[in-house]
Amino acid sequence: MTTKCKVLVVGGGPGGYVAAIRAGQLGLDTIIVEADRCGGTCLIRGCIPSKALIHAAGRFEALNSHARKPRMGISLAAAPTLDVAELIAWKEGVVDRLNQGVEGLLKRAKVRIVGGWASFSDAKTCTVETGEGEQTIRAEHVILATGSVATELPGLPFGGPVISSTEALSPTRLPARLVIVGAGYIGLELGIAYRKLGCEVSFVEALPRILPLFDRELTRPVEQWLKRHGVAVHLATRAKRLTETDDGHALEITDAEGARQRLPADQVLVTVGRRANRDGWGLENMAVDLDGPFVRVDDQCRTSMKNVWAIGDLIGEPMLAHKATFQGEMVAEIIAGHRRRFDPRAIPAVCFTEPEVVGVGLTPDEAKAQGIDTVVGRFPFAANGRALAMEAGGEGGFVRATARRDNHLLLGVHAVGAHISELAGELSLALEMGARLEDLFGTIHAHPTLGETLPEAALSALGHAIHIAN
Amino acid sequence: MGHYSFKTPDVGEGIVEVELIDWHIAVGDEVTEDQALADVMTDKANVELSSPVAGRVLKLACPAGEMVAVGSELVLFEVAGPGNEDEVAPESSTGEGTAETVAPPAGTPSPQAPPPTPAASPRATAPAPHPAPAIASRGKVLASPAVRRQALDAGIDLARVPGNGPAGRITHADLDAYIATPATATPRARSATEQFKVTGLRRVIAQKMQASKRTIPHFSYVEEIELDALEALRNHLNTNRAPDQPKLTLLPFLMVALVRAVERFPQANATFDDEAGVVTRYAGVHIGIATQTDQGLKVPVVHHAESCDLWANAAELQRVAEAARDNTATTAELSGSTITITSLGKLGGIVSTPVLNKPEVAIIGVNKAEDRVVARDGRMAIRRMMNLSSSFDHRIVDGYVAAELIQAIKAMLERPALLFLPGAALDQGVPR
Repeated sequence: MTTKCKVLVVGGGPGGYVAAIRAGQLGLDTIIVEADRCGGTCLIRGCIPSKALIHAAGRFEALNSHARKPRMGISLAAAPTLDVAELIAWKEGVVDRLNQGVEGLLKRAKVRIVGGWASFSDAKTCTVETGEGEQTIRAEHVILATGSVATELPGLPFGGPVISSTEALSPTRLPARLVIVGAGYIGLELGIAYRKLGCEVSFVEALPRILPLFDRELTRPVEQWLKRHGVAVHLATRAKRLTETDDGHALEITDAEGARQRLPADQVLVTVGRRANRDGWGLENMAVDLDGPFVRVDDQCRTSMKNVWAIGDLIGEPMLAHKATFQGEMVAEIIAGHRRRFDPRAIPAVCFTEPEVVGVGLTPDEAKAQGIDTVVGRFPFAANGRALAMEAGGEGGFVRATARRDNHLLLGVHAVGAHISELAGELSLALEMGARLEDLFGTIHAHPTLGETLPEAALSALGHAIHIAN
Repeated sequence: MGHYSFKTPDVGEGIVEVELIDWHIAVGDEVTEDQALADVMTDKANVELSSPVAGRVLKLACPAGEMVAVGSELVLFEVAGPGNEDEVAPESSTGEGTAETVAPPAGTPSPQAPPPTPAASPRATAPAPHPAPAIASRGKVLASPAVRRQALDAGIDLARVPGNGPAGRITHADLDAYIATPATATPRARSATEQFKVTGLRRVIAQKMQASKRTIPHFSYVEEIELDALEALRNHLNTNRAPDQPKLTLLPFLMVALVRAVERFPQANATFDDEAGVVTRYAGVHIGIATQTDQGLKVPVVHHAESCDLWANAAELQRVAEAARDNTATTAELSGSTITITSLGKLGGIVSTPVLNKPEVAIIGVNKAEDRVVARDGRMAIRRMMNLSSSFDHRIVDGYVAAELIQAIKAMLERPALLFLPGAALDQGVPR
């Protein structure tokens, strides 16, 4: 059976499903192919389930802290207990609800969902093994949104005690000792959650620092949290191999000087990055140009093949859901004849560690490297009333604003602190609108909120913050 | 070592196959990236294909001259590294070299920042992943997303719009002002388009031109005419004309010449009903006069030019052309032509390629008359020269006949006495 359509979207992640909904809204006859449930890595085994797990872990840790020592007059007679199966079922409930929401939205936009694995024979034709047999789809436009998969380490293939983030998000029971290889944001988010749930956690990182995408000033509060909570971090150290021991396994590691060490582990979580999902669906038959490990596109997400488009993780860094979503919407509109271009001033990056880290735009170091003369202002959470009232003032959190010295144009805002991720939207908006420091502190921010730290950081850059000594 | 299969790309607009014109490589050649591989041809263009990889050529799809399907393998390479063939699961893209160097690479996903310094990571054996193309973390123009979108929709490059907002930001008011300013001071790119429905006379012209060019194999022939003798006669006649006689242009002389010429070559004074496969030759000569009017091109007709003398032809020509311009011409006056003359007067140019007035089989175009230096008796001489550009329906009129017809007209126009001497030989113009 051959089906024809105007737009074929390959992959139902945050890039693909949004492209499909928008295409449907614009009246384009659209099919989306997804082998799993719609929602992609983000919704099924990434952003959303990890946030659910992180939230639950925070709750569990808070209850534990009250059981250990009464605080705010709240005490618990006994330590809380954790039912891992129940926790995972709750998390799955969140995922299910969102997944059903996405599929409902697709149907409402009159998008046909084909369940199965697409395999392309040429740039515009694919076959899908569906539950009801093989289906051939021929499309005028193809949007590739196949996303990315976790990178494996050659010496530590996934399987058995070596797991990826996917397995770490659906444990049947928690390991007593978890060693995480790779202290980027995925490893840190999961490791911190596991630590809060009571596991003994340690990190092995090849670079001399954690969270390499943020600067030292921003990662210090996270390092301090890890230290306070007894999480060992082996920096400039390489994981060699996993060996069996009497009571489980041990990961052999070597530091920069060549000194060897064996870390006892019940599980090893490998989070050393993700690679574009290019294999196993016939990309090689589509005659599109590649760009290193990615598919090459222009600023409208066009590939080298006419009417074949690619978005999201498949086309490169940053591998972030919100980038893919933006591109998906854009490509659908371009196909419908609108003029659009991927031209953001900033793509925010958020890290749900303890405390949270957010970054938009240039850091002071990056601005300096571009030869821009800057002014930089900082404002600590410890001086913000709302932060103190919600126990978020004591972790070294702060907001840092970076602006041009000549005209005070905002170049970047970075922050670390509890709940700081929710400020990402205002930060991005400020950069997209071309805000100056004066715009930030010329805007009345509601009191008492964490957002009040923003105008104060801007004022601090000009040397006259109100609530700290300048 | 791996194999890399280079598939024939879609080089045109949804074409299914290309013709392989020429190979630039042979089996066994070492090829560098971007080196030219082959020339292929679609129905629209010739395209040179270049190599996406460096490697050794193992196989070519076909000899030159054959058709190749888009998407089929064109060249098979042996390349360093895994290639794209027989590699269901290529090595991880971070490319750790050997099993010995087991270590976390630097590449935890890095939103925004470029890949971390490679020095600390075991990536030396593999090319570092490039950042996504054309995705700048920060553009140059300072304007809000709404302003940028409005500019894109209006086809305006914001880099040209002066920003009067804080820090030089381009505000909505700046963009509106830029759009409203007439483009006098600085030229700017325009992207506006205007669409018209093709109706009325324009639609008729479009249909007739299309039908003519689509179905008739045009044969065009250009010859130059020396006008000195004719101009002397014309000036004399114009100077001494009676009050009721019209002023003579070149066209009435051409009309008389045409009448005389088609007596000898009746093939050209004909219409061809190509659906019925029937040619109709006419005893009368009904000359269509292609005329530019305010509404567009019209072809009023001087009927029975063979029954008119020079003066009558001149008068009738003037009358029907004016009727066409005034929009008072009757249907009869706008139809029934058997051969057509087209003249752009002073705009005649050197050469034109007239489009036949279907179903006619001949059309004569008049180019501009001007003094030119010509060779006469081994010397340079200045003569009044003019070209005739004619087209014929090659299905009905052979090239030889067409040339003979034009040469006959040339002979009469160059020795105008022949116009008025029926039966005179018409195979020679003025001696060169």
